[in-house]
Amino acid sequence: MSGENGAGGTSRPVRITDTTLRDGSHAMSHQFTEEQVRATVHALDAAGVEVIEVTHGDGLGGSSFNYGFSLTDDIQLISAAVQEATRAKIAVLLLPGLGTVEDLRRAREAGASVARIATHCTEADVSIQHFGIARDLGMETVGFLMMAHRTSPAELARQARIMVDAGAQCVYCVDSAGALLIGDAQERILALIAEIGGEAQVGFHGHQNLALGVANSVLAFQNGALQIDGSLCGLGAGAGNAPTEVLAATFDRLGIETGVDVHAALAAADEIVKPFLPRLPWTDRSSIVQGYAGVYSSFLLHAEHAAERYGIPVHDILQRVAEHGYVGGQEDMLIDVALQLVREREAAGAAV
Amino acid sequence: MTATLAAIVGPGNIGTDLLAKLRRLDGIDVGYMVGVVESDGLARARKLGLAASAEGVDWLLRQDPLPDIVFEATSARAHLANAPRYAEAGIKAIDLTPAHVGPMVCPSVNLPEHLDAPNVSMISCGGQATIPIVHAVARVVPVPYAEIVASVASRSAGPGTRANIDEFTHTTAGALESVGGAARGKAIIILNPVEPPMIMRDTIFCAIPDGADTDAIAASVHAMVEEVQQYVPGYALRAEPQFDPPQASWQGNGRVAVFLEVRGNGDYLPEYAGNLDIMTAAAARVGELVAKATAVTS
Repeated sequence: MSGENGAGGTSRPVRITDTTLRDGSHAMSHQFTEEQVRATVHALDAAGVEVIEVTHGDGLGGSSFNYGFSLTDDIQLISAAVQEATRAKIAVLLLPGLGTVEDLRRAREAGASVARIATHCTEADVSIQHFGIARDLGMETVGFLMMAHRTSPAELARQARIMVDAGAQCVYCVDSAGALLIGDAQERILALIAEIGGEAQVGFHGHQNLALGVANSVLAFQNGALQIDGSLCGLGAGAGNAPTEVLAATFDRLGIETGVDVHAALAAADEIVKPFLPRLPWTDRSSIVQGYAGVYSSFLLHAEHAAERYGIPVHDILQRVAEHGYVGGQEDMLIDVALQLVREREAAGAAV
Repeated sequence: MTATLAAIVGPGNIGTDLLAKLRRLDGIDVGYMVGVVESDGLARARKLGLAASAEGVDWLLRQDPLPDIVFEATSARAHLANAPRYAEAGIKAIDLTPAHVGPMVCPSVNLPEHLDAPNVSMISCGGQATIPIVHAVARVVPVPYAEIVASVASRSAGPGTRANIDEFTHTTAGALESVGGAARGKAIIILNPVEPPMIMRDTIFCAIPDGADTDAIAASVHAMVEEVQQYVPGYALRAEPQFDPPQASWQGNGRVAVFLEVRGNGDYLPEYAGNLDIMTAAAARVGELVAKATAVTS
């Protein structure tokens, strides 16, 4: 196995996991309908995508004041996705501290077969019980080390080890802020391969905040990653994800097997997903600030809401969030920061 | 009036911080510190004049006089084993572990109902921080749903919490309902490793009916914050309660959001660990009020 994971041959295949219906949930403010989910799963499955993730953007149990309430219950969407898929496995995301093993059990009963357990890049030990249960439930397991730019390659590898020892069959370097530069991503993949490559696969999840999602994904593969995330139309948090259709086309041109039919993926993006998007993900001022300053991509729409409510520029809120070092899940702090900026503005006004 | 005699079982960081708080209170005399191995915590307790032993609860139950109150700062498993023995010996237990043998208490909310209980549970750190606010809202208007987000410094989250983080979310969510008064509760915990460590932050969202008296809710929240400050001086609002108008996606409810900072007292635990401090402070408060009630009735 370790030879296969090495930096050498380009003949090994790469598995694309499509997260349009999970990371894309952020960009949809968690308002996916069952019809949209069915149509998207149908198209992805027909295109040959092996794994399709379907969950609230913040994972199972994410429907809340803090992250936004789902229009449709996760379990209903997962069941619909399972019914539509003929070949693809349906994956779910779970963030320990937010979702629980009870949520995972319900997702499993609904037919989900891949459990992706996500923690901040230095907190892997909170996922141990969830990996254990996921394996007991007979699910394929994937670890998600988020905000990977916030720690060193060596520490990331140490955290990946915790997940693998707990039962993870693959661990992702997750560039939640779209902040990893070309070398940064490769170093982390190499460190993960060195630590866990003999026992588990390595994956990469890229965002487009600095427009490096696809490049980093290809380089991750070339350095040994075997699982890569994408979203149709790049639908996802911040400036969006590495687009599934671009990954499929690029890997195809590189002669790397993904199992995905490029033209079918292009059609899925253009004909199924694009028509229901409220807006296309884009590298605008706010999302570039997220990549530049290292801010969790999912904060974008929440920062926009707080900005509108309190009359503070979005990028100022995001910049301050970066200074405080807030991590995924702390969406409440966007309101707190906006209130703080209002107080500072009032104090400055009073001083003048 | 004789002081209530107390023991602390579990001489770690929590037990040591609790000892510092209890020693400042009138009416409580901490006589015993109990561990199962020799440790710095036992040595510190001896230096302060306590009788301390590494021979566990067997030793404690051989002492004369027996304590009136025991504070359990060990683990859920240890407390499940110890609780019947305390009860048999007539010792009231104040449980800081997640064992939840007795009723859940939050001193500013429901302690009077449980002053006589032989065993009380201190719920969870996030529960102690947020239930008072849910209660403050729920005593003004019905709260169909309450949701809390507790953010704590990674360094303040111990191995027990990390190994069973679901326990936190289940327990706290349940207590938002049973103690706080919300019809439905949800709890979220976030660990943040930023350096220097972040001070504990808690955000409480409550769904409130259309047309709720926001001034009355805000006044109730302010009054409750003052109440909690009596035993947690570093418990503070970050901003005025924020009210949002009803939305369809909130089932037609409005929302109040309360942003708190919980700075610890820095007795033994570091100031940033407000999540641990509020547990020891709340437990000490329960001990103080139980001692007072005992003194009045005896």
